[in-house]
Parts: sequence; C-alpha cells; structure tokens
Amino acid sequence: MTALLELENVTLRFGGVTAVNKVSFSVEEGEVFALVGPNGAGKSTVFNLVSRFYDPAEGDIRFAGESILKRQPHEMAGLGIARTFQNIELFDHATVLQNLLVGRHRHRRGNLLTETLFTPFVRREERRHREAVEKVIDFLDLQPYREKYIAGLPYGVRKVVEMGRALAIEPRLLLLDEPASGLSVEETQDVAFWIEDIKTQMGITVLMVEHDMHLVASVSDRVLALADGKMLALGTPKEVQTHPKVVEAYIGSTDPMAGAKVRAAV
Amino acid sequence: MRTVFKTSYDADIRMFKHGAQAGWYALLLVLAVVLPWLFNTYWLGEATNMLIWAIAGMGLMILVGQTGQASLGHAAFLAIGCYANVLLQMHGLPFVLAFPLGGLIAGLAGFFIAFPMARLHGIYLAIGTLALAILIDDLIVIAEPLTAGVVGLFAPDISIFGLDINRYGNPWLFYWLVLFVTVLIVLAYRNILRSPLGRSFAAVRDSEVSARAMGVNVALTKATAFGVSAGITGLAGALMGHFAGIFNNETFNIIISIQLLLMIVIGGLGSIHGAFFGAAVVALLPQAIAIGRDVVTGWLGSSSVAIPGLESAIFGFILIAFILFEPLGIYGRWIKIRTYFELFPFYRKDMFRRQRSYLKTERMR
Ligand SMILES: Nc1ncnc2c1ncn2[C@@H]1O[C@H](COP(=O)(O)OP(=O)(O)O)[C@@H](O)[C@H]1O
Ligand SMILES: [Mg+2]
Repeated sequence: MTALLELENVTLRFGGVTAVNKVSFSVEEGEVFALVGPNGAGKSTVFNLVSRFYDPAEGDIRFAGESILKRQPHEMAGLGIARTFQNIELFDHATVLQNLLVGRHRHRRGNLLTETLFTPFVRREERRHREAVEKVIDFLDLQPYREKYIAGLPYGVRKVVEMGRALAIEPRLLLLDEPASGLSVEETQDVAFWIEDIKTQMGITVLMVEHDMHLVASVSDRVLALADGKMLALGTPKEVQTHPKVVEAYIGSTDPMAGAKVRAAV
Repeated sequence: MRTVFKTSYDADIRMFKHGAQAGWYALLLVLAVVLPWLFNTYWLGEATNMLIWAIAGMGLMILVGQTGQASLGHAAFLAIGCYANVLLQMHGLPFVLAFPLGGLIAGLAGFFIAFPMARLHGIYLAIGTLALAILIDDLIVIAEPLTAGVVGLFAPDISIFGLDINRYGNPWLFYWLVLFVTVLIVLAYRNILRSPLGRSFAAVRDSEVSARAMGVNVALTKATAFGVSAGITGLAGALMGHFAGIFNNETFNIIISIQLLLMIVIGGLGSIHGAFFGAAVVALLPQAIAIGRDVVTGWLGSSSVAIPGLESAIFGFILIAFILFEPLGIYGRWIKIRTYFELFPFYRKDMFRRQRSYLKTERMR
C-alpha cells in the first residue's frame, strides 16, 4: 500500500483560532479513513485545505507523492480529488442530471468554438458523459429524480446527489463531509453500503468526516480523532473509540449526546 | 401535458424536446421570414428594432441569467461593436468582415475587462460595470480624430457581395439580415447551454465554491461569459448603428444599459424566450404609449397631452410590478398559462407556489 494523501505538520489559523494545529496523517490508497471529533475540531477545515480553499500557514500536503500547495483549487478535480460539503452545495437552479454532468467537467475536451457549433465531436462527448453519469444514477438509485430541479428536492436526496456529483468526477480520492448527517436510519444504512462499494468495487480511496460512530466503525479502516485542531488518536475504529483522550474530549464537549454515542459504539 | 418517452440519451442532447416543439419553432420561423409581406414599412422597422434588442438581450442574458453576473454597463459593448463595425467599413473592410470583427472586438474587450471586474460581486460588480460604460462614453469623446466625438458618425450602407442594403431603401433586406443574425445567435446560445460550457456557467451562478471543487476555473469561466456576452451585444450594437443611421457617444448612454437589464428581468431571467419577450416590451412600449395617448386625447377632445418622462415612468412601473408579482418574468407567466391549458381542468393553484430558498448568508457553515 502506498500513501495517496499525506499531510505533514499542517497548521492553519483564523485570526486567533488555530483551527488545524500541526496535523500529520496519511491516507493509504484503497482505504476508508475517517476523521472524527467534536464540532469545531477542524475536520471541515482539513477538507478545505485538501481542496486548496485555504493555504496552510505551515506544513505540506501531498497527493500521489506531489505537493499540491502550488496548485489552484480548480485543479484538484483534475488530479482526481472529489468532495462533498457539510452543508450541501449543489447547483440549485439546475436539474439532478445537469448537476451530475458538471461533475464531468474535468473530462471536458471541447472548447468555446466547438461547443458553440456543437460539432459531431462535442455530440459524441456529450453521449460519453451521459453514459458515465447514468452509471452513477444507477449506482445511487437516483432514476426518479433525473429531471428534477435541486431546489425542490428533499434533504436526503440532495445529500445523495452531492455524493453522485463527486463520483461523476471519477476521482481517486473522495472526501465526504458528514455524508450521513441529517439522514434517517435507513438512509444511513444505504450510505454505509455505498461507501463499501465505492471502496471495493470502484477502487476509490475515501476520506470522510462523520459523527455517527456506528457508521464510522462499520466502514472505516482507520480513524483519526481531532479536537481543537490537534490530533488526539489515530488507529483502528476500536482503538480510537476506547482511547482515554477521545472519551474525555467527547464527554467534555458541548454536544451532550456525543459521549453517549461513543460509548454506545464501543 | 406531453410526456416524452426517451429511448436514447440523444433525446436529451437534441436541440428540441420533441417533434411538435420543433414544428412550432419552424412555423414561427416561417412567419418571421414572410413578415415583410404582412407588415408595412413602418411596422417592419419596429419588428427589426425588436429583433436587434432581442439580440442585445440574449447577449446580456448569457451573463446575467446564465452566469449570474450583473452588468449595468452593457451599453459599452453596444458602442464598441457599433464603432468597430463602422470604422472598419470606413477603412475599406466589407460588411461581411467588419460585422463579425466588430463582435469579436467587443467580445475580446469583454473577456479582458472581466478579469479585474469578475472579482467583484453583486452590487459592486454592477457599479464597476456602470463605471465602464461611463468610461467608454468619455473615450469616444476623447478619441475624436477617430470617432468624430460628439458630432458622431454615419453608418454606411451595408454592402454584401455587391448587394446594397439600406433600412430605408429596402427595409425587407435589412430585416432579413437582422433575422438571419438573430437565428444564428439563438442557435449558438442553445448550443452553449447544452454543452459543458453552459453547465459551467450555471455552476458559477449557483455556487462558486462547489464549481471550483468540480474543476471549473471560476475566473476563466466568468471571463468567457463576459466575452461571449459582450460579443453578442457588440453584434447588436453594430446592427443598431446601421438601424439608426447616425450615432455618437450619447446613442449608447447609461439609460440604454439600464433599459437592457430591466428588459431581461421583465422578460424572464435565464431563458432565451425571456430576451424576446423583454425586447417586445421595450420595442413596443413607445408605440403602446403613443396609441394610449391618442385615445386619451380623443376622450378629452383637447389638443394632445405630452407628459415628459412618461415612457421611463411606465417602464419603471412595469418593472416594479413584475418584481413584486412575477419574479420569473413574462416567460414565467407564459409557462403557467401553458401548463394551465395543457392540464385543463386539473390545474391546481399552488402548482407554482414559490419555494422558500435560502440565501447563502442564511446558511450555517
Ligand atoms: N472561514 C473561517 N473563518 C474563521 N474561522 C473559521 C472558518 N472556518 C472554520 N473556522 C473555525 O475553525 C474551527 C474549526 O472549524 P471546522 O473545521 O468547521 O470544524 P468541524 O470539525 O466541526 O468541521 C472552528 O473554531 C471554526 O469556528
Ligand atoms: Mg464540519
């Protein structure tokens, strides 16, 4: 196994808050790696660093052995890094199909001229994109929503569409920010199966943030616990859940359910 | 209501949803082509004017409706297209070259101006583009040796391979020329919408953050939208120059910019139809007001009443009414009426109830 994503001593500050404090970890090719921790731990900020939305104050981030710090945010999809957002960021005034097709943007081979003329080449490309997107639609059972506008869809479906849009990129690394938050028990179950299949059938490496410890324990190979931007523990789900520092951080957190959740999952 | 059973992906890629739709548009096109036999010279001129406004409207629509970037400065691109086209012809280039070059020059201007401009958002972008329009106005006056400043320029007769086209001499030829350009722009617009570029415009409009995460180069996409938009608007400007015959820096003033923006809002943002509906309102409003005034004068039996600024006032009033009662514009109203008849008698009143949509700032991180 080789490291696909490596963070080395990464630090990021927002004014006085150190959102990410000397964080180092590496995600191996083919594994499901979970980030856990109380709210405000810096998990989403780690995602935003890997997406290149923020520049780290210190440290290095490497993808497939190469530093990404000299690259622009929009180049990440081209490298094969796809992501979802904690608070769904879809294209609301477009259909599900169009949203998924935007995911194909890194595979665009036409240009302003050929697309304005809609040349036979562009038409063939459109067919190719459509076939790729239909595979995602089949995988996630999105058939009933294909032509629906995002603005009118229920929360749970939007969450799935966002995952589909990231899959349409055909990434090597998939970042999922709280894929099950706000979902029902059944929907969470689906997400667990999908993550399994994404890993085993599609061969995509997954880095996810998740609060649902059952989900984390059932799909993750390794878990990293963060609190206040610092690393608490890194290991298998079981090791991390029982780690004294982790239990303490959760019980001390403002989320009254968190401690119970951890203990329940152990 | 027509349910379309799709048997291949091509059904979604094709330009028209189904055969009947293509049929309706073909009929509309035939009607447009035979219009010179149906209308007298005066009304043909009005139709020509409307089409030119529709082209300009489509130009601005690409930017505002499709990409979500405001512009209060599009008169600048009308002016650039108009002056470039006429100056190139005055320096010996034939219309068939000068006209597309005029559009290209306006388009390139839009593309390069967009890089500093597109970093601005919302109201700041509107102000920035407004400043651009003022700047172009001044530049036309300053570049007097070239542009004849406030005196203005005459647009030469259009000559296409020896065929002279003049709005007064042979208005039908001028009309057909404008119609031809209109059809080309509609086709280009449709093609952009159904290809990756059009989707990246929508992505930038709806969420810049996630557009970026999908691999869309947001700055370049905005600049491309500005470029395409300015190019189409420049072509409309060139046609406006030929239509007006004479023009100066005042021809493309700020009022024109504002009128253009209001036009597409009234017509319905985000659709080609909207540009045409809006253009119809702008082009026909002065006529409607004139007719209304005659009627009122007839009732009162007095000499004609002249109220200065009446046109702008009515235009503003229509705009406010639309924003309050029909934010989707005339096109939105049209969809509702069509659905009503298609579903009759099963239409429900709440079918188009507005969804509460949250502003970005209302969302939690
Ligand atoms: N754009 C920002 N500006 C200022 N502070 C931020 C920003 N994004 C995150 N933070 C702060 O950084 C810390 C980590 O946030 P975040 O990564 O969102 O936590 P979580 O682990 O819940 O995803 C929090 O204290 C948050 O308030
Ligand atoms: Mg978060």
